[in-house]
Amino acid sequence: MALKIVKGSIDRMFDKNLQDLVRGIRNHKEDEAKYISTCIDEIKQELKQDNIAVKANAVCKLTYLQMLGYDVSWAAFNIVEVMSSSKFTYKRIGYLAASQCFHESTDVIMLTTNQIRKDLSSPNQYDTGVALTGLSCFVTPDLARDLANDIMTLMSHTKPYIRKKAVLIMYKVFLKYPESLRPAFPRLKEKLEDPDPGVQSAAVNVICELARRNPKNYLSLAPLFFKLMTSSTNNWVLIKIIKLFGALTPLEPRLGKKLIEPLTNLIHSTSAMSLLYECVNTVIAVLISLSSGMPNHSASIQLCVQKLRILIEDSDQNLKYLGLLAMSKILKTHPKSVQSHKDLILQCLDDKDESIRLRALDLLYGMVSKKNLMEIVKKLMLHVDKAEGTTYRDELLTKIIDICSQSNYQYITNFEWYISILVELTRLEGTRHGHLIASQMLDVAIRVKAIRAFAVAQMATLLDNAHLLTGNTQRNGICEVLYAAAWICGEFSEHLEEPMATLEAMLRPKVATLPGHIQAVYVQNAAKLFATVLRGQEGAPADSTVAQETSQLLIDRLPLFVQSSNLEVQERASCILQLVKYIQKLQQKDVEVAEEVTALFAGELNPVAPKAQKKVPVPEGLDLDVWINEPPSGSESEDEGRKSKGKAVFAKDESRHTKPRYTEVDEKELAKRREVRKAEQANNPFYIKASPSSQKVYQDGVGVEHIPVVQIDLSVPLKVPGMPMSDQYVKLEEERRERNKADKKKKKDKKKREKGEKGRRRRGDSGPESEEDITPAHMVDIVTEEMPENALPSDDDDKDPNDPHKALNIDLDKPLADSEKKLPVRSHRPDEVLKSPMEDRQVVEVVPEPKKKTGKEKKEKKDRKKSKEKKKKHKQEEEEDLMGAGSEEPVQPEETKEVAAPPPASTPEASDLDFWLSNAPVPSNPQAAAAPASTPRTASGMAAVAPDSEPEEAKDTEPEETKSSTHKKKKQKKEKKKKKHHHNHSDGAGDESVQNGTVEEEEPLPPMSNYALLAENSYIKMMKQDADKVCDIQGNLQDGSQVVVSVIFENKCDSFIKSMEFNVLDSLNSKLQRPDGAGPHDGLIVPFQLPPGISNEARFIFSVQNIVMPQKLKGTLTFIVKTDDSSTHEKLDFKLHFTCTSYLITTPCYSDAYSKLLESGDLKGCSLKLEGVNQPFHHLLARICFHHHFSVVERIDSCASMYSRSIQGHHMCLLVKTADQTVSIDAKCDEPGLLGNVLDEIKLTFSQC
Amino acid sequence: MIKAILIFNNHGKPRLSKFYEHYSEDTEQQIIRETFHLVSKRDENVCNFLEGGMLIGGSENKLIYRHYATLYFVFCVDSSESELGILGLIQVFVETLDKCFENVCELDLIFHVDKVHNILAEMVMGGMVLETNMNEIITQVDAQNKMEKSEAGIAGAPARAVSAVKNMNLPEMPRNINIGDISIKVPNLPSFK
Repeated sequence: MALKIVKGSIDRMFDKNLQDLVRGIRNHKEDEAKYISTCIDEIKQELKQDNIAVKANAVCKLTYLQMLGYDVSWAAFNIVEVMSSSKFTYKRIGYLAASQCFHESTDVIMLTTNQIRKDLSSPNQYDTGVALTGLSCFVTPDLARDLANDIMTLMSHTKPYIRKKAVLIMYKVFLKYPESLRPAFPRLKEKLEDPDPGVQSAAVNVICELARRNPKNYLSLAPLFFKLMTSSTNNWVLIKIIKLFGALTPLEPRLGKKLIEPLTNLIHSTSAMSLLYECVNTVIAVLISLSSGMPNHSASIQLCVQKLRILIEDSDQNLKYLGLLAMSKILKTHPKSVQSHKDLILQCLDDKDESIRLRALDLLYGMVSKKNLMEIVKKLMLHVDKAEGTTYRDELLTKIIDICSQSNYQYITNFEWYISILVELTRLEGTRHGHLIASQMLDVAIRVKAIRAFAVAQMATLLDNAHLLTGNTQRNGICEVLYAAAWICGEFSEHLEEPMATLEAMLRPKVATLPGHIQAVYVQNAAKLFATVLRGQEGAPADSTVAQETSQLLIDRLPLFVQSSNLEVQERASCILQLVKYIQKLQQKDVEVAEEVTALFAGELNPVAPKAQKKVPVPEGLDLDVWINEPPSGSESEDEGRKSKGKAVFAKDESRHTKPRYTEVDEKELAKRREVRKAEQANNPFYIKASPSSQKVYQDGVGVEHIPVVQIDLSVPLKVPGMPMSDQYVKLEEERRERNKADKKKKKDKKKREKGEKGRRRRGDSGPESEEDITPAHMVDIVTEEMPENALPSDDDDKDPNDPHKALNIDLDKPLADSEKKLPVRSHRPDEVLKSPMEDRQVVEVVPEPKKKTGKEKKEKKDRKKSKEKKKKHKQEEEEDLMGAGSEEPVQPEETKEVAAPPPASTPEASDLDFWLSNAPVPSNPQAAAAPASTPRTASGMAAVAPDSEPEEAKDTEPEETKSSTHKKKKQKKEKKKKKHHHNHSDGAGDESVQNGTVEEEEPLPPMSNYALLAENSYIKMMKQDADKVCDIQGNLQDGSQVVVSVIFENKCDSFIKSMEFNVLDSLNSKLQRPDGAGPHDGLIVPFQLPPGISNEARFIFSVQNIVMPQKLKGTLTFIVKTDDSSTHEKLDFKLHFTCTSYLITTPCYSDAYSKLLESGDLKGCSLKLEGVNQPFHHLLARICFHHHFSVVERIDSCASMYSRSIQGHHMCLLVKTADQTVSIDAKCDEPGLLGNVLDEIKLTFSQC
Repeated sequence: MIKAILIFNNHGKPRLSKFYEHYSEDTEQQIIRETFHLVSKRDENVCNFLEGGMLIGGSENKLIYRHYATLYFVFCVDSSESELGILGLIQVFVETLDKCFENVCELDLIFHVDKVHNILAEMVMGGMVLETNMNEIITQVDAQNKMEKSEAGIAGAPARAVSAVKNMNLPEMPRNINIGDISIKVPNLPSFK
């Protein structure tokens, strides 16, 4: 034997191994791809060989090629083979390959379940370890569900090496299978106090990761973490815990107060920078969470800022970076403390390191004031010019705009300066932020009325020089600016000095190369300009030919746009073209048209807040989901198409294009409403009042007289020649300020002189001018954005509904219910039932199951009320007498148990937290820390009494519900497994081997199904309808006498089938389980309806007393067939056949337990021979596994041992051997009758194929 | 959470890639290229943190990297990881490699990427830090290697001999990333036990 192996390996040793492959690739630098493709061919050959060592070598090479970017998913099955090798060497190679290239949609993953389970329970800790590591990379929801229990067991393994891996992988399991969180959590919590530091660290890691996403569920762990923080010396653990506290403090300010002192101590004492930094970070989080007013706050802030300054000044760039990062967090709440370090931050702007410059930029946001804004922006503009690389420049650009526009342009004193900055920014090459600049231009032009004239002039220049922006294809992003320019010039065309020139610029042929949405704006605004031009020309005494020429210009140029491929452009252009043609006709008749044309575009546009539409409250009594008219069938898709198109057109800047016109409402009504609203707002303390001027704007449609009075400061010229103007503004601004100051001084001096000697002390007023002294150049009126009346303030606009962590938002303090003690099983079927399309259209029938649920819910509600009252009482008592409260403990949790989601403070542990947070003194040294830590312990000790007594109680109160729900869950697990087999038939790739785990052959298995035809309606053609039933019968492990039957109902006709009722004539031995109160002959209502062509599955539970014999039950299904004009009652008879196989449950068994079982001698034997079976052995095994619910224990060549268990706990063992088309099965079972029947059924299975 | 661990050389050739989230092979290569692009253009004396590229997770994530001789070690992490902690972890990783390969150099990583994976698996599991104590990591790695050797037994002998022969005519094994030579300022993280 050994010789053979050696011989084999000598043959192999000239095979390429990984090193040879790498060497080969390095030697074929020129034709690497070609070389690798020959290597892949070799690998394919190697994978076909039987020798597992060769395969492992091939897989190892594939792992390397995967890293180089080659898709190796085709070898997934071989990887599974290598994974299941018994040798650690190969197993490790297999798991490594799997972890590199398996993912959720790899089909063969489902073949690995049993193999992984086997490895997890391997006596060799490294087999287990390697399996855990691999699993952590490719765990799927199915694997998580099937293996959660095994992994949970491993969390208490004797070896810390396994424990820490098991603890760590639980996080992945939770993510994929959230139901496992609650049952596993107590054990996870235990691991926080594991004697091994590695395990402890892993547990901290997992809980921190969980708590980061849903912090409020983990508040009750704060005392435990606090203890760890004061006792641990492991910096990794400390960092994690401190980070966790940073996430918890916003929810519980009292926790922050408690934390400050130990954290400050750590800051002072630690030498590890990483720890120091995290401490500072958390202290900052604490300070943010605490409301101001605590006396020693400023000391803490000072400490933080001071430490951060040290970091920033450090020569180590990493520390500098982190210091700036943390500084930006302080900035949000304590800008003053940061502002004193402005010098340092401005210095960082010049750092050679881009990361650091970016961080410094973030900080600048908070540093600006009216005084220094221009100066800072000037500096940034310099950086923009110097910057290399578009990312940094884009970042600068957004920062400039952020800084300037922050808090409603609070710091801008001169909007002309801002507009010119924006115009300068348009000259950036290759920026992606054209739309950002554009929206700023629009925003400023619309909201700052005083600036319009200036803005329009600038925009006209931009339009004139459009070729500069569009000339280079790289500058595509920037042409968005033209969108804004065209719109501003059109909308505010009355400010244009030379509207004709601008009109001409907007109609140049080059415009047709711009993106469609910009062209559309061009066309529309050309029309607006046209109106303005006409009015100007007609007003003048000049002859009408000029006006006609203008029309002719449009008529000449517009056809270009009519040909546009963009529908929007086309439509607008042809519309306007016809209009202009008509106008020209009128002009030729010497009719004055300017008035009418202008009227087309009359009216003021008010800015609307971006979320305004969303915030319009739904009026009472209006149900938006109700059909206004019954929808004609088939028209929906068309509707949708139109809708989505509409969206695309108006998606851009919808806030600016919605013209709020109130034509339907007459003036009186409007006034009345306004009065009411005003009164409301005046009484509402939460209403943020806008400046009075902005209110006025809203009131007047045209509002000419309300355009704010512009106090034109003569020192600021309205037009500055040349392009780069912003600098000149800076200069001008400085001069202006100087002059203002001088003026003031003069005034003051005058006053002083008048007042005499009193003001003497204040002479030499050279100190820095205060903010208030800077008067804006323009009295600007910044119009606030409109919001609908009664807008509902809501902050949940930005939540991502797809976050996987949402599912992990589970209350962990609630004591485990009886049904949760074991790991629950993912429920998926009920959802499907709910999704049945019928339910959208018709009223849901009352089905037994939901009824139960709603009843339960009601009960829960009641309970909740009760417990709330009790809780209140309880809390008070606790405050008065902590020990006395303990006596009530045992009662209370029973009440809270049924509460769906009690607020965190209500659970016993949370009240411990309250106690811990409120009473315990802050420990100043580790010894003192022991005291508070032990108090909550005793309290939780008292609470721990409660759950012990509670299961009984729970059973008493609602035995039915809890029991049946456990059953249901178990059953669903089974079902899901089955279902998967069913679904995957089309794939045909031996998925059935899931259950036996021995997958060495590659040939695909023939499809198999456990679903058998139950009955079919005979008069198909006559009635044009048909219901066809297939069923699958499964035993239920949970209760020794229950069998679950899944029936698929399929509607084959083209009418609705509803009101299905399923009934079975009970026999002495088996009975259909009916809901309470139903008679023994009542049918069960099938909880769904079937539209044509739809199939759905329902389950029925039968109780069986004797499982030794197969049995048959007669039944009927009654249903109503609903056609368009009539409905008929139909009925279908069927026979339900309960085979003995259906009482068996696939139960994995390990070889040692199996051999013990055989040795015990309790089992009686029986045997069977099958002749002429000409299918491969693994097919045969798969068949037995699949149809008869066995699992393979061990397989050696053409011999396999298999195991199964009946629902009543009978063990059944098979030894299957094959030789020359003869299969002999030796079977042993402790119930000979059952065994005989099962064997007969196996025989039948093979005789059928 | 650690999202990905990449090792590539000064020319962007991947030496190890470990993604803890699934991406297609093409995306993985793109990420490696993009990361290399971001990292390689940075000077030696700038900070080791980088705002993440477009591909992995975007702004939530950071790239934390170290450059040792010819190799870049890049960790892509999210906000739950301590930046300095990860830098320390990279140091532990490299020191462990140094111990396991006895003066590690790029060639060791090129020819024994599987071993590097095995070492990494003892440090980081599924994107979470498993062990930071170098001695513990080495003990576990050694124990597994010993197991592997005992499994190979006599059968492994000829293969080992052949590979020894093959290695003989390997062109000089340049020990070019002897990390002992380049002094790296590790932010003092004294007690990662």
